[in-house]
Parts: sequence; structure tokens; C-alpha cells
Amino acid sequence: MIAHAIFFYTFSIIAVVSAIMVTASKNTVHSVFFLILDFISISCLFIMIGAEFLGMIMLIVYVGAVAVLFLFVVMMLNVAQQKNQWFASKDSSKHIPIGLVISTLIFAEIIIVIGGWKYKPDLFDVNNSISQTGLSNTHTLGQILYTDYIHVFQISGMILLVAMVGAIVLTFRQRSGVKRQSYIKQISRERAEGVEVLEVQSNKGVKIDD
Amino acid sequence: MIEVGLGHYLTLGAVIFSIGVIGIFLNRKNIIVILMSIELILLAVNINLVAFSIFLGDLAGQVFTLFILTVAAAEAAIGLAIIVVYFRNSGTIRVEEIDKLKG
Repeated sequence: MIAHAIFFYTFSIIAVVSAIMVTASKNTVHSVFFLILDFISISCLFIMIGAEFLGMIMLIVYVGAVAVLFLFVVMMLNVAQQKNQWFASKDSSKHIPIGLVISTLIFAEIIIVIGGWKYKPDLFDVNNSISQTGLSNTHTLGQILYTDYIHVFQISGMILLVAMVGAIVLTFRQRSGVKRQSYIKQISRERAEGVEVLEVQSNKGVKIDD
Repeated sequence: MIEVGLGHYLTLGAVIFSIGVIGIFLNRKNIIVILMSIELILLAVNINLVAFSIFLGDLAGQVFTLFILTVAAAEAAIGLAIIVVYFRNSGTIRVEEIDKLKG
């Protein structure tokens, strides 16, 4: 139990500090790196708590895809030089106290809810069905994901498809002056367009006007 | 303190959620950091769902975490595509200079 506590506090402190650094870092590339660190430590927490499949999926999806996507966009847009300062301009400083007050209120509300919930022990369900079945986390997750939640699963696939098509459509642009291959033109080309039969006269040759 | 229970995980989720909200409010320079703050908020929601799922013994929480991951990935892709298009058209993604919607 002590090892569990040590791991929990280590990973959660890393996660909180890197979450603060995501918002406070002056360089956007550093923000992305801290976001990756945050995702990694949270996925370590997930693996530690017993949700191995979700931890691995977090690593693959977030660190492997989303964070690298962020990194690509940051590099491509060349915003690394645009300093990301909190107190940079005068007219933006009025947002800072409001933001602090609102986020502190949200934090206090959540903590109150957790506290009120934690000290009502009859809400705890003692029958832990996950540990009783003897199957791995991935196995049980797959068993209910492909049976009870199959429609939601397919809808999430549709969401991903729409997102992919939307991203391609949004960033697609027609460039002018690019030579392209046109299959219809190639196939519908007739012999008369390409070949011309000439009568070659002696001592004069053929003049090709090109 | 030593016994790590559900409350610890929920508190961690609350802290990360609040940091994400702070990031949205306080960041006035770069819209990509606002998107990253939204990712942090979704991550906090995921922590809550997984913690409840483990401690209450109900796998539905982990299934919904999977769907939140899906939606978050789609949202990041679409949001970044919009940012790329906006940058191509207007040449800036600074929050102060994005005023085409008169917000």
C-alpha cells in the first residue's frame, strides 16, 4: 500500500506540475512537451490503478497521435517565436483575476462534492465485479464494448470518419500551376490527334511545325 | 494520507480540470494553448471516469472514457485544421487579433 501511495503521489505531482507548465510556459513547443509528459504520467496512473487497456490507449492515441499533431501544427505555423506571455499586454490583464476566481470556484465546488460523497460510505458498492471474474481488464472491456455498447462504438467510428473527412476538406487547397495527370484525357485520345500521315516529297523533306 | 482511495483520484482530476480552466482564461496569446487546455479538461474527466469505474467495479466508466478519447481526438484534428486554415487566410493565430466574429 505504501508503494501504491508513493507511485500515486509521484505521478500525480508530475501530472499537476506539467499541467501548470502547459498553461504557463512561454514557448508553445514547450507547452506541447509538457502536455505529452502529462498524458504519460496520467496513463501510468491508469495502468497502476488497474485500467491497463485505457492506459495503453492513452499512450498510443494521445502521445502518439494528438500530441504529435499539436507539435506538427506548432512547427508548421511557426508560432514558436510568438511569445506566449501571461501578462504581456495591458488590455488583457483584466482576464487574469476573473479566470483565477472562476477556476478556484470550480475547484472548490468539485472538492465539496467529493467530500460530501466520500463520507457517505453506503454509496460504495462492495461487489467488485472486475476483480471477481478473473479476466484481464482488456478482455472484460472488450466483452462489454462489443456487446452492450456496440452501437455507441459504431457511432464513435462514424465520428472519427467525419473528423477525418472534415480535416481533409478544411485543409485541402487547389494550387494553380501544378501539372496533373488526367486519365480521361489520356484514354479518350484518338489516333488522329497524335499521328499525321504526310506525303514526303523528294528533295524537300518534311517540315514539322511544332 | 497513505491509503490512496477514490478521493485522491477525484482530487487530482479536480486540480487538472481547474488548471485547464485557468489556462483557457489566462492565455491571451496563442490559440493552440487554448486547445491544449481543452485537452487537459477532457483528461481530468477521463481520470474521474476511470477512478469511479475502478473503485465502484463498473466497467461502463472505462467504456465511456474510450468514447471521450475518440471525441477528443476528433476535436483536436478538426480544431487544428481550422487553425491551419485560419492561419493561412489571415496570417495570425494570436487570440487578440482573431476578431472576425466580433466577439
